[in-house]
Amino acid sequence: MPQHYTRTAIALHWAIAALVITAFAMGWTMTGMAISPLKLKVFSWHKWLGVTVLALFFIRGLWRLTHAPPPLLPMPAWQRLTAHALHGLLYVLLLTQPLTGWLYSNAAGYPIVYLKLIPLPNLVGKDKALADTFEKLHGTGAVILAIAIGLHLLAALKHHLIDRDDTLRRMLRWRPVA
Amino acid sequence: MENLAVRWIAVSVFVAFATVALAADGNLVLIKSTLIATFKQENVPVDASFKKFGGTIIYDAEKPAASSAMITVDLSSFDIGDAAYNAEVRKPAWFDSAHFPQGMFCSTAIKPGAAGHFEATGTLSIKGKTQVLSVPITVQRIGNADAFDGSFDLSRKIFGIGDPLWDDVLDDKVHVRFHLLSAKS
Repeated sequence: MPQHYTRTAIALHWAIAALVITAFAMGWTMTGMAISPLKLKVFSWHKWLGVTVLALFFIRGLWRLTHAPPPLLPMPAWQRLTAHALHGLLYVLLLTQPLTGWLYSNAAGYPIVYLKLIPLPNLVGKDKALADTFEKLHGTGAVILAIAIGLHLLAALKHHLIDRDDTLRRMLRWRPVA
Repeated sequence: MENLAVRWIAVSVFVAFATVALAADGNLVLIKSTLIATFKQENVPVDASFKKFGGTIIYDAEKPAASSAMITVDLSSFDIGDAAYNAEVRKPAWFDSAHFPQGMFCSTAIKPGAAGHFEATGTLSIKGKTQVLSVPITVQRIGNADAFDGSFDLSRKIFGIGDPLWDDVLDDKVHVRFHLLSAKS
């Protein structure tokens, strides 16, 4: 069993973290903006971030399947169980959140053109009722994802500050923990 | 009983006549016609349709050159699919629906082409500005109606649709396509 994360795994973790947090901040802001050219731009950026997260999700999944992550450090069984459940939930949301956003955009009548360059296929046709459903799913998913990330962060800080173990350190260190 | 039957027949006859009267030759059958504008924002093509328009297309397959078309479009019926954006495009910077409720196309010349094809030239007026437009059109007979299909590009700038501050995210070119059904006995 490896005792450290690969550099690629660490890079993917933080890249996705940065993209998701930025996308969340944009999503939070743009929905309340008055109609303006900037609003349309932020919507586009938000969608591009989401598509990037979706692509990175698959790369990260493949990487994880071919490069086993280190096991959790010693901790009580309930914490181990909670950690695995939360990580599972985070992975699920990294997949479903971009997808419900994509579906919502298409159902609302907006195809997605990644980086203004690559037109992505429409997953559904324009459909008002469907758009309303996906809007709710995407919004609720965003709230659940924000809570899950908050818990993930608190758990990392708890390991670092209270348990004083290497849980956070090994995700921050570029080089293997000695 | 007999009385009721007579009434039914009377009503049916009236409805039949009324239907024929409404579907006079050349009148557009709105529920079966579509008028869709595709604009590009951030390179994303977005379809929006005009829900209300009308007019008359007089078409004679034997003498296509004698045909004519007059279409009026209720510009405030433009439906992007979202109430906020629909309200936005009615503002003075866009369609200015309060002052210019209608757009209009009047044909001035019809140039026959291959069977089922012709080119309609005419004037397109939107927001007080008029442009000469030539549109290739295909026509086919569907039951007791003629169906006209065609598309053309127009420039927002020429008609003053949209403040220039939108030019960064919104293409000047708007693609319009139509499927117009006109009744014909």
